[in-house]
Amino acid sequence: MDQSKKHTTPPRFAERFLLWFLKADLAEEVLGDLDEKFYVTLEKKSERRARRNYWYQVFNYLRPFAFKFFRSKYSNNTTMIKHNFKVSLRQLMKNKVYSSINIGGLALGMTVAMLIGLWVTDELTYNKNHDNYNSIVQVLRNDSWNGEISTNNSLTTGMGTLLSENFRNHFEQVAMVRARIEQRTLSHDDKKFTQQGYFMQPEGPEMFSLPMKYGSRDGLKELRSIMLSESLSKKLFGDTNPVNEVVRMNAEWDLKVTGVYEDLPKNSEFKAASYFSTIDFYLEGWASLNSWNNSNMYVYGKLNPESNIDEVSSLIDDAFKERLEASEEDNNLLFFLNPMTEWHLNSEFVDGKRVTSKTTLFVWFYGAIGAFVLVLACINFMNLSTARSEKRAKEVGIRKTVGSLRSQLIAQFYVEALLYSFLAFGLSLLLLKASLPWFNQTSGKGISQPWDNGSFWLLAIGFMLVTALLAGSYPAAYLSSFRPIKALKGTFAAGKRAAIPRKVLVVFQFTISIVLIIGTITVNNQIQFAKNRPVGYSPEGMISLRPASPEFNKKLPVLKDELARTGFVDAVGTSNYAVTSTLGWNGGFQWDDENPNTTNISFNTINISYDYAEAVGMEFIAGRNFSREFPTDQNGVLINRSAMERMQLQDPVGKVLSYNPSWKELDQYTVLGVVEDMIKGSPFESTNQSVMFLGKRFSWLYIRIAQHASLSEAIPVIEAKFNEVYPDAPFDFQFADEEYAKKFEAEERISSLAKFFSVLAIIISSLGLFGLASYVAEQRTKEIGIRKVLGASVSNLWSLLSKDFTLLVILSCVIAVPIAYSVLSGWLSGYEEIRTPMYWWVFAVAGAGALLITVVTVSFQAIKAAVANPVKSLRSE
Amino acid sequence: MKETRLGDFEETLLLLVGILDMEAYAFKIAEEFESQTTRATSIGAVHSTLNRLSEKGFLTSEMGASTAARGGRRKRIYTITASGQRTLEASRDFKVSLWNQFPAFAGAKLNFNV
Repeated sequence: MDQSKKHTTPPRFAERFLLWFLKADLAEEVLGDLDEKFYVTLEKKSERRARRNYWYQVFNYLRPFAFKFFRSKYSNNTTMIKHNFKVSLRQLMKNKVYSSINIGGLALGMTVAMLIGLWVTDELTYNKNHDNYNSIVQVLRNDSWNGEISTNNSLTTGMGTLLSENFRNHFEQVAMVRARIEQRTLSHDDKKFTQQGYFMQPEGPEMFSLPMKYGSRDGLKELRSIMLSESLSKKLFGDTNPVNEVVRMNAEWDLKVTGVYEDLPKNSEFKAASYFSTIDFYLEGWASLNSWNNSNMYVYGKLNPESNIDEVSSLIDDAFKERLEASEEDNNLLFFLNPMTEWHLNSEFVDGKRVTSKTTLFVWFYGAIGAFVLVLACINFMNLSTARSEKRAKEVGIRKTVGSLRSQLIAQFYVEALLYSFLAFGLSLLLLKASLPWFNQTSGKGISQPWDNGSFWLLAIGFMLVTALLAGSYPAAYLSSFRPIKALKGTFAAGKRAAIPRKVLVVFQFTISIVLIIGTITVNNQIQFAKNRPVGYSPEGMISLRPASPEFNKKLPVLKDELARTGFVDAVGTSNYAVTSTLGWNGGFQWDDENPNTTNISFNTINISYDYAEAVGMEFIAGRNFSREFPTDQNGVLINRSAMERMQLQDPVGKVLSYNPSWKELDQYTVLGVVEDMIKGSPFESTNQSVMFLGKRFSWLYIRIAQHASLSEAIPVIEAKFNEVYPDAPFDFQFADEEYAKKFEAEERISSLAKFFSVLAIIISSLGLFGLASYVAEQRTKEIGIRKVLGASVSNLWSLLSKDFTLLVILSCVIAVPIAYSVLSGWLSGYEEIRTPMYWWVFAVAGAGALLITVVTVSFQAIKAAVANPVKSLRSE
Repeated sequence: MKETRLGDFEETLLLLVGILDMEAYAFKIAEEFESQTTRATSIGAVHSTLNRLSEKGFLTSEMGASTAARGGRRKRIYTITASGQRTLEASRDFKVSLWNQFPAFAGAKLNFNV
């Protein structure tokens, strides 16, 4: 045997390679076997052969059973995970109150966050149901008047026609839509319904990609055609295909049904439309497609992919201005395109410039609240877990002594957080399912249950994991850092510093709650403030309707006589625009010969009947109403207080106005009376200056019901008479006070959501506080026992236990007040004219409320601890 | 339930474990296999099969003594279990019964009953 061979060793690299992939528990025997083989080979053969053989043997160990990457059946990984779950479950069952507070709080937080998430998604996907979402634009115009720029979306038919004739190289489709949703009565056989819809040019349905159920998108090519929404078609025709059937509009025109489209989602521009008919039909007989002085159209277009929106904007601006010539030079118009992507969230203009819109602000605002509520709930979780840490200090100590690594303890706490958040997630899904219908109603949305939405699940589960991570991070980091000896010796005392994070968290929670309480009260104040304004007329006891009959004006005297004869009706008034709208604006008034510039001021102008003032209950400040006894009243007007102030007239009755709008000859009118301002538009804005003429053609009917009559008696009688006079038109009346109340909808919505959020924040905060208080009471059981033995009274002990928390909440008040003040004055500054002052009592009430909640929550635990028998607490050692 | 039938290689190894008795560890078994059958194999293949046989319950093993040739490392000694032995016997009986049913062999009076 060659001596040198004795010192040869197996190839190092092969050995290292073997150890790299080989299971650790096989290393010893395998290396031994291979060594033996190597030396045996070496004895018989050359060193090279032996080395080669060693490599060969190593490669032959590349088998599944030997790989360390394959799970070993001796591994305890799954065991540890099982163990973690078991311990977590035991912890959960052992502390039922804590666990339910924890899980319930988290579930509430998650539900709110999900609701808000759905809401925000709904806002952000507004109009995305249209296939051409990215290329549809609307033409807007900026008018400047006396240095003030206002942005407007109604254009003339001439502009739309010019666009579709001369701009085909930039637009694939162009469609004009009547610039207002129109209410019509649609009937088939004996069914008749008053419905809202739009009049649109033929390219509209294709451009807006209406989802057709029956018929095609070419349905608006013929003059007398109409497309119905699925729900309207169901109401009129049941489940049959209504294409080529005929519906009658306003009991006058027969229209052919050319298509049925699926109802448009609630978060889209034309959501309210239950029909689309043709613009030619709308204009038939009274206007052309080439008028340049009546702005009554929205103009939409679908841009070609290669056209640049800014370039096209300026081309259109030039073309329109050229056509308008000098006639409106002083108006200083500017036309531009507004892309569909901006319509919903980003279309507020001040002085012709895009500003951050209220809608966007709300998206941010609710998003922030959702995040806050979730953070509050997570904080509770962390808070309660750390609070119980001292109880679990021994467990951590023993685990560490037995050899637990810190990473294993961290895993334990994360698994616990995961289990809790998983349970909370399940609970929150149930809550979500239960609360979504209510939420939709309150927020005015049509959000559908998201169960079949993959991205919802992805997000929700990701969100659950993040929550677990967030909620588990603090206990995981904090509890796992205990020193075993201290923890086991029992000298572990969290000390003053350990309580600081907990206190900070309580203060944080209550600060948010108090801000929300103050916010809720202030929003309510603002609504009340607007509600308390004098309305200027009396909506109570009045019904309004818009009779959809071609013979409305003709048969009006008959109706009046019939209604008067019933004895249930005090007055019947009519007007051309609704009392709840601010439609109808005209300039061209002149009342002061020395100052001819006054023609630029525009006034809200409506036409009313002799009895309108009595029917709606207008209040006269000066002068008198129109009277049939004076034929000259035909050339009289009524003005309101704002108009009087705007005209700077001290004693306007008897003054003569000259009125010369662009569409009418100059005429002179005498002011007959001055009435109190009526809130016709938003009750959060100051009233408009208004001039009322005596008119002849009306569309709105107002019936004042006699004071002595009850509504339930009067309405059937009125309905019978109405149907007698207008057999074609449905008696679709509204109570004027309900119509008026609708003006508060947006603010009421904010108010009810704010209430909801603040109640939730309070619940979550007090849940957290409750848990902490019971923990503290438990911690101090022995101390309380000894104190009691020594003679402390229950009230002594109660104040001892409550004092700390009360101080914390007072601190929260101090922090919350300036925050609430600045946030709310920001919100209120959006209401320039009608704004509630911020009362000091709001802050006091919020603070006192928070304190009360704290005291009640804490007292429950404190008194329970204080009245307990000291023997029980002291005998345990 | 785990597969309890034996493959050819498995059966041979099982027999070799019985033959080698206290020296039945992967390297030795592989050597013995090569010298008795003149077929080449690797320690890894043998080890893998021994592992499989242990999983089936035909073998048990424990760590045995170490030698200098192994760099002081211990070896894993395999022993046949009762169930292993039964399976071996069943396998043998089955083949003998097949042989007995084959007239040509049976006539030659070959004696396979060892």
